[in-house]
Amino acid sequence: MFEKTISELASDLQNKVISSVELTQAYLDRIQQLDGIYNSYITVTPELALQQAKLADGRIAAGNAEILTGIPLAQKDIFCTNGVKTSCGSKMLNNFIAPYDATVIHKFHQAGAVMLGKTNMDEFAMGSSNETSFYGAVKNPWNAETVPGGSSGGSAAAVAARLAPAATGTDTGGSIRQPAAFCNLTGLKPTYGRVSRYGMIAFASSLDQAGPMTRTAKDAAILLNTMAGFDEKDSTCANKAVPDYTAELNKNLAGLKIGLPKEYFEKGMDAEIAKSIEEALDVYKKAGAEIIEVSLPNSSLSVPAYYVVAPAECSSNLSRFDGVRFGYRCENPVDLEDLYKRSRGEAFGEEVKRRIMIGTYALSSGFYDAYYIKAQKIRQLISQDFKEAFEKVDVIMGPTTPSTAFKIGEKSNDPITMYLSDIYTIAVNLAGLPGMSIPAGLANNMPVGLQIIGNYFDESRLLNIAHQFQTLTDWHTKSPERLG
Amino acid sequence: MEWEVVIGLEIHAQLATKSKIFSGASTAYGAEPNTQACAVDLGLPGVLPVVNKEAVAMGAKFGLAVGAQVANRSVFDRKNYFYPDSPKGYQISQLYFPIVEHGSIDIELEGGKTKTIGITRAHLEEDAGKSLHEDFHGMTGIDLNRAGTPLIEIVSEPDMRSAKEAVAYMRKIHSLVQYLEICDGNMQEGSFRCDANVSVRPVGQQEFGTRAEIKNINSFRFVEKAINYEIERQIAIIEDGGKIAQETRLYDADKDETRSMRSKENENDYRYFPDPDLLPIELDDSYIQAIKETLPELPHEKKQRFITEHGLNSIDADVLTAQKAISDFFEATVNAADGEAKLSANWMQGEVMSALNKNSIDISECPITPELLGDMIKRIADNTISGKIAKTVFEAMWNGEGAADKIIEKKGLKQVTDTGLIEKVIDEIIANNEVQVEQYRSGKEKVFGFFVGQTMKATQGKANPQQVNELLKAKLKG
Repeated sequence: MFEKTISELASDLQNKVISSVELTQAYLDRIQQLDGIYNSYITVTPELALQQAKLADGRIAAGNAEILTGIPLAQKDIFCTNGVKTSCGSKMLNNFIAPYDATVIHKFHQAGAVMLGKTNMDEFAMGSSNETSFYGAVKNPWNAETVPGGSSGGSAAAVAARLAPAATGTDTGGSIRQPAAFCNLTGLKPTYGRVSRYGMIAFASSLDQAGPMTRTAKDAAILLNTMAGFDEKDSTCANKAVPDYTAELNKNLAGLKIGLPKEYFEKGMDAEIAKSIEEALDVYKKAGAEIIEVSLPNSSLSVPAYYVVAPAECSSNLSRFDGVRFGYRCENPVDLEDLYKRSRGEAFGEEVKRRIMIGTYALSSGFYDAYYIKAQKIRQLISQDFKEAFEKVDVIMGPTTPSTAFKIGEKSNDPITMYLSDIYTIAVNLAGLPGMSIPAGLANNMPVGLQIIGNYFDESRLLNIAHQFQTLTDWHTKSPERLG
Repeated sequence: MEWEVVIGLEIHAQLATKSKIFSGASTAYGAEPNTQACAVDLGLPGVLPVVNKEAVAMGAKFGLAVGAQVANRSVFDRKNYFYPDSPKGYQISQLYFPIVEHGSIDIELEGGKTKTIGITRAHLEEDAGKSLHEDFHGMTGIDLNRAGTPLIEIVSEPDMRSAKEAVAYMRKIHSLVQYLEICDGNMQEGSFRCDANVSVRPVGQQEFGTRAEIKNINSFRFVEKAINYEIERQIAIIEDGGKIAQETRLYDADKDETRSMRSKENENDYRYFPDPDLLPIELDDSYIQAIKETLPELPHEKKQRFITEHGLNSIDADVLTAQKAISDFFEATVNAADGEAKLSANWMQGEVMSALNKNSIDISECPITPELLGDMIKRIADNTISGKIAKTVFEAMWNGEGAADKIIEKKGLKQVTDTGLIEKVIDEIIANNEVQVEQYRSGKEKVFGFFVGQTMKATQGKANPQQVNELLKAKLKG
């Protein structure tokens, strides 16, 4: 049962093979048994889940169920959930019970989905390994000594360990795609503005985007159908019709033009990863796709530009955590300044503080033009690079990550090396494009992700291309051996 | 040495929208603390701002009314600073691309001259909450009801050369925003307040002197006093050989002085950058044109019309157009008085204004409606009552005794125009006051007033004064 996809579970529910209460209880039991190993959940919500499952069963019985009705899901702890602790992986919000639902959560409720709990994550989504969480590191189900990736590491580990059929993630610089790659999942970061950010605790507002983390492309399409859409509460949300993302999954790939950025391949890519990517490209070639070399000349600037823009925005976004209205407050502050300094000093972790300081510096008077404005210009150039590439090709492919999952502790004391682990994913956020990572093989028994980058609002095509790959290969069905 | 004063004002006017600039919470004044602050106003994790289109329209309206450029594209920026009444740790404002730029407004100087004051820019922003320092022993309370109330900040050029000019400018803007119905102008409630940038320089010097900024002044009187104090302070320092420090100062109305709040070195670095949660405001020309068509008659246009249409002189027209409510009252009165503009103007500026002042009430609370006043003025015009008797009628109307005709009837105040009756009274007075008659006839014309007084007294003031004059003159000739 734990190997079933959402579409399979949905038909079991419809056909009364299993009830949502039974299914939910089974996952809750499994979480109870196994999550001590992985630490993928910060909060499990059994009572709420069973209550929702009961309602879902009622809907199914009444014949007005949707595909997600009764399906248990794990939600990243970055989404505000009414009446449930919403920590964002931080001590700062360890005591924060959100008084409202994020739009994404609200949409899942309406669809009748069940929430199993809130998943672990890097603190305020700042990290690539899930090691910055106040709630401790998450272990990769493929190898408990390695990281699951981040920042949506808890969601990735939960789905990979079969502690949830699917989960939500958010992606600011690769936080859906990189953990998906490390944990052998299908992860989709939609076009910026496709999914509402309302109620999703902001890291870098101009880059953050929520998306599904699933076992298959079809499941990702099902989740995105519910998540996507205009929200009047988010000014940056696109007022654009949402297609049925499952509709084009079976389209033939003949004539598909796949672009390979030469910059991604010329600089010493890990040989094992390169091999998996080449094999994946061969699958596409056989399916009738054409491979075309493209150039993204400014791609080497994406990491530096990102580490100005994202910290600049986060330094401002995180100002509201001041110990005054909610969240952590230091004990016995002597005055206002002491309240601010100690509340923030005691409750934010190292990485968060580092980025707040970088961002504060970049926005300071006298440095603004040299850093923030320049980074924005680079962002324009990067978008332009993609625009030109998409004049020649339909999608761009490459590896999701420069290596497979690294060891816990391996990079946590070296921020620059850690930052470089997102080298292939960051440009996509800077340009606001949709990007996916799908399982493309194993290197030394660890998963390798293939990244597929599409043009704006071309999620249907990405899902189609991913789904076709999954009908031709079985990498996505592989699960860590030890799970049995 | 002779000094020239240079003043620029930054006026903050709260926009009269029903809901806040970035949330749906109400902007009504005076509610219980924190009852009008929603999740967005509280700056809860995950919330996002959505701009209130009404506030944008009001900003554009202001720009058009001061002949400024309304930007096709303006951008919200974040002004970052920590303060408990600023819930997000930043204020959403517009620094780099404001909605309004390059406007101007004319002010009237003494002696009937006008002067044009440049308006550098006006931008939209959100107001902060309030810190409540009383009632919380050793702590500070925070009321976020005001947080997110829309403001337009109107920045003038340093074009004013005296405190009087600054006040005249502030009054003009105050009047304008009320005409436009974009601000209620209530200064007690903080709906309209200003910061004054003041510097001095020797007459003839090109460069500006170092300025001090006086923060948050909320009355016309205080603006004048604060600026005058500041001018004297600065001149005294320079004449003593000192230098002016660039700083922010506060005006203390109780002590009538300004004092230093923070120096330039201690200014926050606000780290402005474009708010990534909000899209730029894009206004196309047809939108701007549509807003232009909604502009009401502006004070200077109305003033001109009062001069040409109602035959008022420039000073009367100025007074009667300074406040929209007063100009509306005046016109309604003229209308009710069948076009008696001059009399209406006199009554508005005389009895009406002084009664309002005496009772410390606003024109909107005036117990006499324009219709009642107009009807009374008609009775003056058609000689039913004299101007003097009208004051009695006015007082009765103020006290709620009904319409002028009813009061005249009830109190028997109708003017006596029956020549025979007046002659009879005069004859009697002449007969009873031989000494005065003698004096008058021997050339002491001053005594004439005595006879008028006696006649009016005898008729309880009801005799038509003009007739009394004529008849007295004829009869006293002998």
